[in-house]
Formats: sequence, C-alpha cells, structure tokens
Amino acid sequence: MTIDNQAGKKLSDMPDESGHFGQYGGIFVPETLMEPLNELKQAYIHYFQDAEFLAELDSDLANYVGRPSPLYFAERWSRELGGAKIYLKREDLNHTGAHKVNNTVGQMLLAKRMGKTRIIAETGAGQHGVATATVAARLGLECVVYMGAEDIQRQSLNVYRMKLLGARVVSVESGSRTLKDALNEAMRDWVTNIDNTFYIIGTAAGPHPYPAMVRDFQAVIGREAKQQIMAHEGRLPDALVACIGGGSNAIGLFYPFVDDMDVSMYGVEAAGHGLETGEHAAPLCAGKPGVLHGNRTYLMEDRHGQIIPTHSVSAGLDYPGVGPEHSWLKDIGRANYVSVTDDEALKGFHDLTLTEGIMPALESSHAIAYVTKLAPTMDKEQIIIMNLSGRGDKDIHTVATIDGIEF
Amino acid sequence: MSRIKSCFAQLKENNKKALVPYVAAGDPNPEITLDLMHAMVKSGADIIELGVPFSDPMADGPVIQKASERALIYGTSLIDVLDIIKSFRETNNETPVVLMGYLNPIEVLGYENFAEAAHQAGVDGVLTVDIPPEEAQSYIPALRKFDLDPIFLLSPTTTKERMKLICQYASGFIYYVAVKGVTGTSALDTDEVAQRLEIIKEVTDLPVGVGFGIKNAETAAAIGRVAEAVVVGSALVSLVEHNAHAYSNAEGNEKIIKEISQVLLSMRSALDAYTHDT
Repeated sequence: MTIDNQAGKKLSDMPDESGHFGQYGGIFVPETLMEPLNELKQAYIHYFQDAEFLAELDSDLANYVGRPSPLYFAERWSRELGGAKIYLKREDLNHTGAHKVNNTVGQMLLAKRMGKTRIIAETGAGQHGVATATVAARLGLECVVYMGAEDIQRQSLNVYRMKLLGARVVSVESGSRTLKDALNEAMRDWVTNIDNTFYIIGTAAGPHPYPAMVRDFQAVIGREAKQQIMAHEGRLPDALVACIGGGSNAIGLFYPFVDDMDVSMYGVEAAGHGLETGEHAAPLCAGKPGVLHGNRTYLMEDRHGQIIPTHSVSAGLDYPGVGPEHSWLKDIGRANYVSVTDDEALKGFHDLTLTEGIMPALESSHAIAYVTKLAPTMDKEQIIIMNLSGRGDKDIHTVATIDGIEF
Repeated sequence: MSRIKSCFAQLKENNKKALVPYVAAGDPNPEITLDLMHAMVKSGADIIELGVPFSDPMADGPVIQKASERALIYGTSLIDVLDIIKSFRETNNETPVVLMGYLNPIEVLGYENFAEAAHQAGVDGVLTVDIPPEEAQSYIPALRKFDLDPIFLLSPTTTKERMKLICQYASGFIYYVAVKGVTGTSALDTDEVAQRLEIIKEVTDLPVGVGFGIKNAETAAAIGRVAEAVVVGSALVSLVEHNAHAYSNAEGNEKIIKEISQVLLSMRSALDAYTHDT
C-alpha cells in the first residue's frame, strides 16, 4: 500500500493547522461565521489539553452514556458466515441508542465552557437530534433542532422523543426537505444568533474545526475497541467495518487505527436502489469532489454543480456529502469505500436480529450487509470489528411497512 | 480602468452614491432577466448584482432561497447566467455586472475556465459567498488573470485584523454585511453601520457597499449617507415572489419589471436627494 503523506508525519496528525486533509476539508463559509469558528477552534484546542475538561468528559461518558460499550464476539453469526471472527462494537447500547451521544456530550461541555446558552442542531434520522435534546435537557439549555419536513414524516417517533425532551423541532421546508436542507437552516440560524448560540453538528463534516472535533469526540469508540480486542485476542484486528453517511461513527472507529497499516478499513455507503440507478447516497463510491456545508469533500452533484437528491432506506445515511477525512483516506488509499443496497441492508437487519438477538439500526445494517460479504472471504483466524452504531427500534415501522405489515 | 472602478470614480465626481440592485438570474423564468437588467439600469441602477442560483444557498434568507428554487426549476446554470450577460453587453457596455453566488458551480467549471468565460461574457466582479480569502489561493489569481474583481464580504463579526487581510485581496469594492444573519433580515441599525464603516475606512480606500436588510427608500438614503453603495436584494426579489405565481409568465414578467423599476426609482431619488443635501 502506498501512502502519500508529508515525510515524518503520521496519518493521525491530520488535519493541518488550517483544517485541511490534503485537498479536503477547510473552511468554506460566509464571512460572519469566520470569527465564531475561530473562537470554537481556540476552545477546542484549549480544552482538549485541559485535564479538568477531559476528566469531566470521561466521567460523563462513563456515568451518563454508559461507556465503555462492550465489544461483543458474534459467535453464531461468525460461524454461519464461515470466515473471520466478527466482533461488534456495541454503540447501540449507549444512552439514547447510538454513537451520536458521544459527540453531543462532548460538544455540550464545550458549549457550557464557552458560555453559550442556546443549542441548535440539525438531524436526519433524528438520532443526533435526540442525542442533542438529551444533553440540552440535562443542562437546562434552550434547544432547537432543524429537521427536513420529509424526515419528520419518516421519523415521527424521534420527533416526539425530542419534544418530550423539551426541544423545539423546526420543520425545514426548503430544497429537498431532508438532512442537507436542515444543515443549511441550522447554519442560517447560527449566523443570525452567534452571540449566544452553539451549533452542535452531528457528523464529522462541516467547516473546520467540526470534522476534527467530532472525530476526536467519537474516537473513544476506536480507542476502547483497540484495548478490548487486545484483551480478547491479544492482537489487532484485520479489518474494521462501519457504515457511512456523514461518517462520524466510521471515523470514530477508524481513527485510533489509522497508523496501524495492517488493519484494513471498510466504509460502507448507501447504494439505495443501486449505484447504477442514480438513486443512492454514495458520494465516495459514485460522486465527485466539490464544496458544500463549509468543506471540500466528495459530493453528489449534477454537471452544473447543483447538489442532487439522494436516496437511502436509512434516513441517517441520506446525505449528499461525507466527512472530508474520509475523502482524503479514500484518495490516499488508506481506507476502502464500498456500498450496499437498500435490499442488502434490510437482509442484514433481519440476519443479525435472528442470529444474535440484536436488532440493529438500518444505518448499521449497511455495515452488517458488507460483513456478510467480507467475512466469508477471510480465514477463521482473522478478525473483523464492526461498529454497530445504533439500535433498530426507531426503524421498526420502516421495516414493517417494507415487509407489508400493518399495526 | 475596470468598469467598477470607473463607475465609482464617476459617481464620486458627481457626488452620487451607487444603487446596486440584486436579482437572481432566471427568477422566476429565464426570459425575464435580460429585460429586467436593462430596466433596472433605466431606473437608476449603477451596478447590477446577478445571483447565480444554487441548490443550497446557506447564507440566504427565505426570499432569496425561493428565488433560487424558482430559477432552478428551469435549470438556470452558471453558463446560462453568463449567456444572459453576454446578451446584455450587446447593448450596454458601461454598467458593471457582479456575479453573486456559491462556490460549487464555479468549482465544477474550474476556476480558470470560469474566469475566462465570465470575462468573455462581460462580467466585472465575482462575489462568492462561501470562499473566504484563506481558501482562495488559486481562486483569486484566476479571477485577476481575467480582469475580474474579487469582491469579499465584511461582517459585524469581522475583526480589524481580518478586515486588513480581506481588503488586501479585494478589489472593485468591499461589501459590508450590515447584520448578523442571512439576506433579507429586517433589523438594520444605521448608527451601528456608520460606526463599523468608520473602522473599515481606516483599513481600505476601496468603495464600500452595504447590503442585507435594506428594505426601502428611507433606509437606502440613510445608508447612502455613510457608504458609497447601497445593495438592495430581498426587497426586490420579494416583488418577484409576489407576481410569479399569480400571473402567466409574460404578464407576470411585465408586472415584476414595472414594480422593481418603481422601487428603484424611489430609492434613486431618495439617495440623490439625501446625498445632495449633505
């Protein structure tokens, strides 16, 4: 494998000071946001070296989120697939049911230290919105969550959860009325209310420092997994697998392993109805580099540079961009990016539920579907760690509808 | 001398301030834009700011978002916008035209290809909302190579240090965003703007245009007292919105042109009266 990086620098040293991962990342925002982003960057750099901050973060992750999450050996599933040993990193067991809360707990601690009194967030499937509303409730802060009108219909359960938690959910009616438009609207809110407002972005995308900061809050996933696999197996895994929408659960798992060149990495995008149909959400597999939402990254766009609608059965993967670090890891060949269709993901959902008694989120089901292809090609002594990023309760209605079942 | 430079020089000589209307190209249909541009010049526009429609206009309020969406129904692309400007230049070689939009449509063409095409079409300045100078190391030289003025925004949150940095790279004019917020916000505070402009004037000799939140002739006149140019966007675009749905394209276009012209005429005379008083 050839790695094209500056001499003497490790892959984990990225991004550079100005927030670039190679040609990706950076800060592409209206002028009004430049100074607030600079303040955020200073706070992020400062507090990531502040022992008291880190101790409070660790304590919250342990006592509120319930970390460390288990690394579970899926023995029966491994046997059935007849190849590598598969370990599941159980982010579904976190408080609020997904990896998202690792990041919201961290950003909320930053918000508190920066003296912000109002919290905003965007959400697609609603998991990040719930995770944000949860930590805002805990601190008694005003919380506004932007959500595409389309997604509000698809994810009514999570909308109600956010309202129960005291958040105001704003329906976004512009553009394609999905996650990307919710992000636009949250940016507009932030630009208007920067004095008192902290914007908690839910994925490892957006302008610097968000991609690096969200990664650093999610990297607890990979750090724990590394210790746990050493304890279980006495060695590093051969492959990591995680689903990718914006890519925060994947980068959280990958990052602590990025300098371990013998560990392969697979990011699984949503192929929707199939890459060939154009109805998918797989910018790394089928898109081109461009600029959206404050960073340069792979995007789904038409030949005029307009962002095009995406499709995935999983609302959390239904996004036309991806975190810039993934774009860079793709270009330098450090990580592999693949895709599975809606149908394959649905089969993965049922497979894991039936063989292990674990009901995964439809997002995570994409990773499952890829593991079912990858594991049989590997030896029985080899090891895969798959990030089970969220639980499937929120998706039961979607799955039932597809299976033709009415309640 | 560039069109923008000579425009401001001439205005200064006549003790006048620039009236800069913004409309989104292709809104509500591609047929209207050329006629509208000519009509705006007739009604007192000194510089025309033409919005390039984008699918994700994150710095714009609802009025201009919808304008972008209407224009995109017809698929109005950056190339289409340049074609419109080329037609405009057939009969107007004086009025500067500034493109205002987002980076991704320019990225797709490549900076140099875009700059060359824009220059050939008769564009004078380019204001790309989501590229700060820090990210513009290849963007700025590409524009300069083809005699296009890179126009940058300053905002209420811009520190004096950053102002210096930005003004180093800017030419044509500086665009001061008068409010923290998106386009079409209503809470413009003229005293605060005047204070900020004093600081900007310490940093640069470039003419300063003020936009975001200028709704009527009265605000335009008040801003004209302290800035060299007054940018009016959402107030005009909302007239498009009003008429786009109620009439057929031809009827609607006629009404839109008439109403926008009226607003510009009133702003023009308010601006001129005010500046002549002082």
